[in-house]
Order: sequence, then structure tokens, then C-alpha cells
Amino acid sequence: MPDIVLTAQQQRTRKRNLTEKRFRRLCFAAIAVTAVFLAFLVMNLGIKAVPAFTSSAMPLTINVEPDKVDSTAIASGDFPGMVKDAIAKLMPKVESRADRKKLYQLLSGSVADEVQHRVMADPSLVGKDVTLQATLSADADMFLKGQQTSTTKFAGTAPLSLAADGEAFKISAQGHGFKAGEIVLTPTGALRVTETSAEGAKAEALVAPDETGAVAAGQWQSLQFSDGEDSRRTSDLEAVWLQRFTDQGKIQSMFDKALFTNGDSRAPEQAGLRGAFIGSLFTILVTLLTALPLGVAAALYLEEFAPKNRFTDLIEVNINNLAAVPSIIFGLLGLAMFLNFFGLPRSSSLVGGLVLALLVLPTIIIASRAALRSVPPSIKEAALGVGASHQQAVFHHVMPLAVPGILTGTILGIARALGETAPLLMIGMIAFIADVPGRITDAATVLPVQVYLWSTLPEAAFRSRTSAAIIILMIVLLCFNALAIFLRNKFERRW
Amino acid sequence: MNDMTFKTVFTPPQPKILATNPAKIIAEGVDVYYGEKHAIKNLSLTIPDKAVSAFIGPSGCGKSTFLRSINRMNDTIPGCRVTGVINVDGQAIYDPSIDVVDLRARIGMVFQKPNPFPKSIFENVAYGPRIHGLAKDKTALEQIVTESLKRASLWDEVKDRLHQPGTGLSGGQQQRLCIARAIAVNPEVILMDEPCSALDPIATARIEELITELKEKFCIVIVTHSMQQAARVSDLTAFFHLGILVEAGDTDEVFTSPQEKRTHDYITGRFG
Repeated sequence: MPDIVLTAQQQRTRKRNLTEKRFRRLCFAAIAVTAVFLAFLVMNLGIKAVPAFTSSAMPLTINVEPDKVDSTAIASGDFPGMVKDAIAKLMPKVESRADRKKLYQLLSGSVADEVQHRVMADPSLVGKDVTLQATLSADADMFLKGQQTSTTKFAGTAPLSLAADGEAFKISAQGHGFKAGEIVLTPTGALRVTETSAEGAKAEALVAPDETGAVAAGQWQSLQFSDGEDSRRTSDLEAVWLQRFTDQGKIQSMFDKALFTNGDSRAPEQAGLRGAFIGSLFTILVTLLTALPLGVAAALYLEEFAPKNRFTDLIEVNINNLAAVPSIIFGLLGLAMFLNFFGLPRSSSLVGGLVLALLVLPTIIIASRAALRSVPPSIKEAALGVGASHQQAVFHHVMPLAVPGILTGTILGIARALGETAPLLMIGMIAFIADVPGRITDAATVLPVQVYLWSTLPEAAFRSRTSAAIIILMIVLLCFNALAIFLRNKFERRW
Repeated sequence: MNDMTFKTVFTPPQPKILATNPAKIIAEGVDVYYGEKHAIKNLSLTIPDKAVSAFIGPSGCGKSTFLRSINRMNDTIPGCRVTGVINVDGQAIYDPSIDVVDLRARIGMVFQKPNPFPKSIFENVAYGPRIHGLAKDKTALEQIVTESLKRASLWDEVKDRLHQPGTGLSGGQQQRLCIARAIAVNPEVILMDEPCSALDPIATARIEELITELKEKFCIVIVTHSMQQAARVSDLTAFFHLGILVEAGDTDEVFTSPQEKRTHDYITGRFG
């Protein structure tokens, strides 16, 4: 019965095709899920990091008063005082000491430092005016970026009637319903709405207006915040000041160079990645210079020269197992060996690099051995056949063909080392280090540890800094991988 | 296994070729082991100089193993052990005083699959002379390369592209490049391990022609699966079976009137 046989065959074929289709769909689904996760991660990081790449600043003219700085001892001058005076001049109505301090704190502490730097570089500036772009503090910056609370602004489209009511004021405007907590800015003052009723609202003065009466349409505005004053770091009064500066067109948003040029700092607007970046660079350099020669030499010996016996088998098994050892164990080893036994400097890139070298050594050895093994034996035989010694055959013919594989393995190992945090915690690279390291023996930190450090800090501004640091770390890693692909393609030879 | 299987059962009369050509390689009582496996059993053979000797036999009979023992290529295989004596020009090559590197410079080898280095044609040929310091300067090296390529009858085809990769040549050209590479170090013996098995008939014919030309200067030993090839190019033929040298003699004799039944069965296609 050939028909039945055919049908059974067909059924089997159909079943097989269905299985294959199902398997393909499953594979596609796996890719899709991974892509969704990745997209979510990148978007989330990107959105969070954007604020960290810009900072707010305003031009400020500071009079370097001779009575605040002695031109023979500039370093001990009262530069914060000068900056305080300079910004107070912009807000003449602020008189109380506490308010002036608050006003000064809208600016970053780096402003006074910068004035000091300029005067130290050019002592003739004493007694003159210094104009600079004064960076705002992280809190002010976050407020302006809407990271603290979302602000809704109303332009006064109808005239505002303003009448004194004892200490407080009565306000009303046609077509505008005031809300408690709303801030009304008139040309000379600022009021906070305390009570609302059908015909108007009661408000208290934040900045007393010079005159009462009617305020023309377009001359006033009001701000509503989604969060109450208690739950944000910028008070209503500070918000008023910032709004005034914004209205004067003073506040500018610019690229945040500090993120790239500064070392770590407790003040978010001054905290930068330069220290961690240089630390990472030194550490990786130490790792590369240690792990690459050691790893390649070990791989060469094991693959090409070592006799095959129990001892080399044992070494091989151990190397393979080392690749799977949790990285923190290497940190403990580094702590015991490099710090406690050899007494190398704590927290230094030198020790960090050595620990990471231990960590990536197995990876490099395994990758290099695989690369050496993948060179066709006929090439080595050919070299031996014309009378090359074993070593010549290996170094003239096998090694060059294995280089792309060795490089790829090494760079991927180095990329792993670059992203490693745990072992470095054990050797003290977690300390807060504000200085950019200048030598490999200086205390330093590295990018991933910096990410960890910033992520533990309470200031909201550090949240975006953390995301920015992660993005920069990922870009560095991406560059490493791109380099690996480039080198592999460049050195790849066909036979 | 009785004692008989370890010996060449039939000792042929002295091959005629040895009367005219002096002996170059003399093997006596050679045994080769791969670990436990006894690959060559008590082999004795004399190979004439300036002639082509062919090893024939079915796969796995030990002919390549013996060939590789002649320039000690087997040293690179872990677990391989050679006993007995192989003399080249009266010098025992397994003597501890012999340097393998010098030996391999004297005894060149061409492999089954063309295996040029992934370098330029020039570099392929120049490599040997360079590591042995055969050329004093660049001109001398160029001369050696040219001479070798000419002798391997490859010069006309590659003279315009000496600096292109040797791997870009055709299979037959690659094999001739390997021959040029082998003769560039000016060896005395050239061992060829099935040099034509990966080539088409035209390329094979060219290599065979080349072998015939080269025997004027070198002692050539060739392992081949093709009995026609052995009959065409060789002066002396040795038939191997299961690690035993069954019969060795002048090629015409072995192919026309084999003394051994196994030889007869093999060359008439009964097995193998």
C-alpha cells in the first residue's frame, strides 16, 4: 500500500517542519525578550543620565575687595565672602543673614575656588572686578531641570488686584483660580497663597511688594508646584530667586565639563569622573602589562612545549577552575598577598591592576591556548620540514597566526577587568578619593567602583551622575570590544 | 602472531638500481611504536641515491610512518618511539649526537596537503635559507629563491607575483611551491608523502615530471597510493603491508613479476 506509506512519511515530514518552525519562533522570542530588556536598560539609563551632562550657570561679577584678600597671602583670602556680596548685589531685597546665606548656597562652592584660582594666577586682579560663569549648586540645578518638583507656570493674563490685609495680602485675578501653596510674583514682590475662597485668595509675603493696588496683565505670573515645600530641597523663596534670575535671562544651561575634568567630590555639581577614569587607565595598564606576557607565555608553554603528563593535566584543570572562581576571592588573595605580605600601597592602581591580572589570567591563558590550537598543524610541520627548530616554528609561524585570537581573548579579559568591582573593594579602592591619581602607587578608584560609590549617596543629583557614569563606563567597554573586533579582522589571515 | 610476520618473508636479490646508484639511506631492524601500537615491524631497506624510491601499500600499512622516521618528523608525535638503525650516508640519524634541525635541513619533506605558509611566495621559499643562514645578503637570497622556483618549474607562473600570498595559488602550484621551499635549503634527500593525492591529473602529471627531473640531483622517496604513479616515476618500489615491508625491488621487477603473493594481489587489485 504505497499510499499509506506516503501519508505516514508526509505526516512525519509535516511534524518535523512544525517542530522546526516552533523552535525558530522560540529562538526569535528569546532574542526579542533580550532586546526588550536591553532597550529598557539603555533608555532608563539615558533618561536618568541626561541631566548630568548639563549644568546651569549664571554670569556673576565679583569685586575682589582688597580688604578681603591680602595680595601677599592670596590663599587665605575670604573669597566666599566676595561671592556672597556679589550675588547679594543682584537681590538687593535680601537682607537677613540666613536668607543671604541661602542665596549664596544657590551657587556652587566651586565659584569661590575659581575666583581664588584666577586671582592667584593674576594677583593684579585684587581690587578689580572678575566676571565669570558661576555654576549653580546641584540643588538649584536640579530644581531648574524639574528634577525636584514639576513646576506649572501661569502668565498673568488678567489684571491682579493686590490689597494689604494686616500682615497678609488679599489677591484676586479674573479667570485664575489660586491654589494654596501657589507663588505669585509681582514686579517687586513675591506672595505665597495660604487660603483660597470664591472671590480671591489670602497670601503671605515672601518678598514684600513695594506697593499694593492693581498689577496690570502681563506684569505678574504665578507658579504651582506638584510637591509641597517640605518635600523638596529648594524652598519657595529660593524658587522665587531662581525664577527672577531666569526672567532676567541670566541662567544658562551648558555642557557639564566638571563631570569629565574633576575628581570625585561630595558636592554633586563638582563631582567628576576624571579620577576614576585615570585610575581605571592605570589599573588596566598594570593588568595588561602583567597578565598578557604571563598568560601568553603560560599558554605557549602548556600548548607547545610542556610534556603531556599528570602534572600538566593538573595545571590545566586548575587554570580552567580558576576562571570560574568568584572575583571577590581574588580580592581577598590580593589583600593577603600584595597588601599584607608584600606591603604594597593600599588602594593603589598597582595593587588593583595586579589583582585584576590574577583575575583575567585564566581567561587569557584559555583564549590563547585555543588560538594556538586552532593553527593548523600542517603549518608547523611545514616549518619543521624545512629544518626550523621547534621554537622557530612556534614563534615564526604558529604565534603570528594565533595573534588575532590571543588579542581578542586578551581584550575581552581586559574588558571584564575594567568592569570588575568586587575584588577592588577588598584592597581598599572603595575609599573616597578626591585627587586625580598621578602615579600607579597613588590611592585611586576605578569607574565601576565610582558608580557604586555614587549610587550609595543620598543626594538626588548623584542619581543622574551615577547613570551618566554607567553610560560612560559602557561606552569605554564598547570601545574595547570594537577594538577587539578591529584587531581580529586586521590580523586575521586565511590559509 | 608468529615470528615470521616480523620479517621480510622473502629476501629479494640485490635490486639492480643499487648496482649503479650508491646507497643513501640504509634502514636496519627498524621498529616504530605509537604508544602500544606496533606500527613498523623489523624493517630493513636500502634506498639508492639520485633515484626515486616509491613506498606503496594499503592505508595504515606504515609507509608514511617509515617516511616520517627518515627525517625524524615522528619525534613531534607524543608517544612515538623508534628503535633500530637508520643510516643516512653512514650516519645514524637516531644517534643522540645528531641535531634534528640539521638533519631536517638535509632531508626535506613535502606533505600530502599543500601547506604553504600564509605569507608571500617569496617568503615561503626564502624562509628555509634564511633560518639556516644560506644567503649572505639580499641578492643571494633572491638568487636562491629564483633558482629554487625554477627547479620546481614554478618560476614562469609566479615570477610576476612573488610578493603575493602563496595561499592564493592553485593546488598544484602550491604543491610545487612546497617543493621549491624544500629544495631551497639544498637538501640531499626529499621525502614526499603522497604529494599528488590532493591534485587533479594535470597537476599530478606536472609534479611527476618534476620528480623525474629532480632525481638527477636528489635522493627522492615518495609515498603514493597510486600504483601507476609508482610505476611511472620510481626506480625502486617497496610494498608495505600491516607494518611489514613485504617486498622491495626494482620497480619493473615488482610490478611485472612480484615474488610475494601479497604483492601480486595488491598490484592486481585484489585488495587494498
